[in-house]
Amino acid sequence: MITLKNLHVRLSEFFLDNISLDISEGEFFVLMGPTGSGKTVLLEAIAGLIPVTRGQIFIQEKEVTGLPPEKRGIGIVYQDQALFPHLTVRKNIAYGLRYHRISGEIAVERIDRLVSLLNLSHLLDRLPGNLSGGEKQRVALARALAVRPEVLLLDEPLSALDPNFREEVRNALKSLHRNTGTTFMMVTHDFVDALSLGDRAAVINNGHIEQAGPVDDIFQKPMSAFVANFVGMKNLFKARFEGTKTSLGDLEIELGRKPDNGQGHIAIRPEDILITRDAFSSTVRNMFKGKVAGVFAQGFTYEVHIRAGETVFKSLITQKALSELAIQEGEAVSISFPARAIHNF
Amino acid sequence: MIPKTAKKREPFFWFTVSCGIVVMVFILLPLIELVTGPSLSMLGETLNDPDVMRSVGLSIYTAGAAALISFFFGTPLAYLLARTNFRGKRLLESIIDLPIVIPHPVVGIAFLSVAGKNHLIGQIMYELGIRLMGSVTGIITVLTFVGLPFYINTVRDGFEAVSPRLENVSRSLGASMFGTFFRVTFPLAWRTMVIGFIMCGARAISEFGAVVIVAYHPMTAPVMIYERFEGYGLKYSQPVAVWLVTICLLLFFVLRMLTLSKTETA
Repeated sequence: MITLKNLHVRLSEFFLDNISLDISEGEFFVLMGPTGSGKTVLLEAIAGLIPVTRGQIFIQEKEVTGLPPEKRGIGIVYQDQALFPHLTVRKNIAYGLRYHRISGEIAVERIDRLVSLLNLSHLLDRLPGNLSGGEKQRVALARALAVRPEVLLLDEPLSALDPNFREEVRNALKSLHRNTGTTFMMVTHDFVDALSLGDRAAVINNGHIEQAGPVDDIFQKPMSAFVANFVGMKNLFKARFEGTKTSLGDLEIELGRKPDNGQGHIAIRPEDILITRDAFSSTVRNMFKGKVAGVFAQGFTYEVHIRAGETVFKSLITQKALSELAIQEGEAVSISFPARAIHNF
Repeated sequence: MIPKTAKKREPFFWFTVSCGIVVMVFILLPLIELVTGPSLSMLGETLNDPDVMRSVGLSIYTAGAAALISFFFGTPLAYLLARTNFRGKRLLESIIDLPIVIPHPVVGIAFLSVAGKNHLIGQIMYELGIRLMGSVTGIITVLTFVGLPFYINTVRDGFEAVSPRLENVSRSLGASMFGTFFRVTFPLAWRTMVIGFIMCGARAISEFGAVVIVAYHPMTAPVMIYERFEGYGLKYSQPVAVWLVTICLLLFFVLRMLTLSKTETA
């Protein structure tokens, strides 16, 4: 569907280096990465809004690298919605139809369908200026989809929205993707968006792709320290493997399998580390005694740092668990995690 | 922000207010004095003086022509400056601002030296029958020169205020660059074009130094005011000045109206 081959882009501040990606038809593809990593640049390069220095872009097996944006069949939805402020909602949605020679009944029918799908009928004669963030984003989606693009590019469509609107637009995205069969490519830095919407994903860092694959793989099986860190695998350690075991200082950790490489990293999600008051015996779990080194509030959860030997583990627990365990800094606790929660690369 | 509560104001507040009053008096006092100076009969008499009306008309015509030329050539350049970054952009912007800082008589002299008979361009112009010296063409030329920066800078700011993302979206929906400009950029920026047009015209209509070098005759209003002042004294130059100021104020009023309605819709 979309194929990028060795794409290079040089701008004054940003660059993309040797980007190769394959996105299948009808897929919901998520592009993640930290601020300034080049996510938006990549989207705009695919849309033809930024010139490409080297490499090729194919859409539906057709090369579009040199084509102007209006000839690519790509819709784009920005974080700030970019609605035409001087046009009513109806005119915004109908903006592109004339360039696709759609008029009369077909145009009306097509707009009606999107309007009812996105629940916009009461807004049609209003100007964008006095709509809520969620409403604006739904209008932007309708406008982009009215011309039936083969690909819809979404540049952080949810991150500028208030939490309650975010849910609304996320659901709209989900149903649109299901109903239209259009290929979606969305830039986000929100894990919830990526996990709830994406089929496959790529993590981009510093202008190059760190890892691409199914969304679950990115979160569960990162292949580099950067991705592990980025997806929140906060327990990330360099490791040397001996048989099915690895050592962190004087701690011996059982992996339950034999890694292919002699040395690399192990990574454990903080949610997978269980804190208990006393040690209990179990054959499957790696269990260590340690001391609480710090408790940090993170909204509804708490991150607890536990020092075991020379290693600091980070565990994520609920407020309820925190008060039940009565955890305080400096206290002795036990931590445990199953071998299957350990990811190695 | 002026605090609305009745708490004691700082001395600094009173300092800013007093400076403001000084500035207001400095601007308004001479203008009020000027406008209230001549009697109504003298103003009426001046209005019936065909020479005065011809010169005021010429001023409006030449300033309008200068603004129109700035509109045609300045708009694309303003768009380019608002949308692209390139090496030497700063230099280009400084060049556009040059007419603001160059002493006005120098502008007249500079143009006459290009149009002189020892200059190639001057010779071509002579062959074509185009004269700058003592002609309406000459007046329009120098007025365009002094007014152009005001147009370009105003309109560039106007284009910059239109998000490039709107244009991106328009392109992705199938519109060409031309289509995008006329359906998105122009409707959002035309107000600043009008404002730029008026700024340019207002600057041009007040020009004296460059005009007097290039064309003493035909006489624009500022030159006529100068001539009446030199020949007959303050009393006779005042009525012409009042009529010119009235026109400038009218332009300024329209400008303010447009900027106000802009902030209302934004």
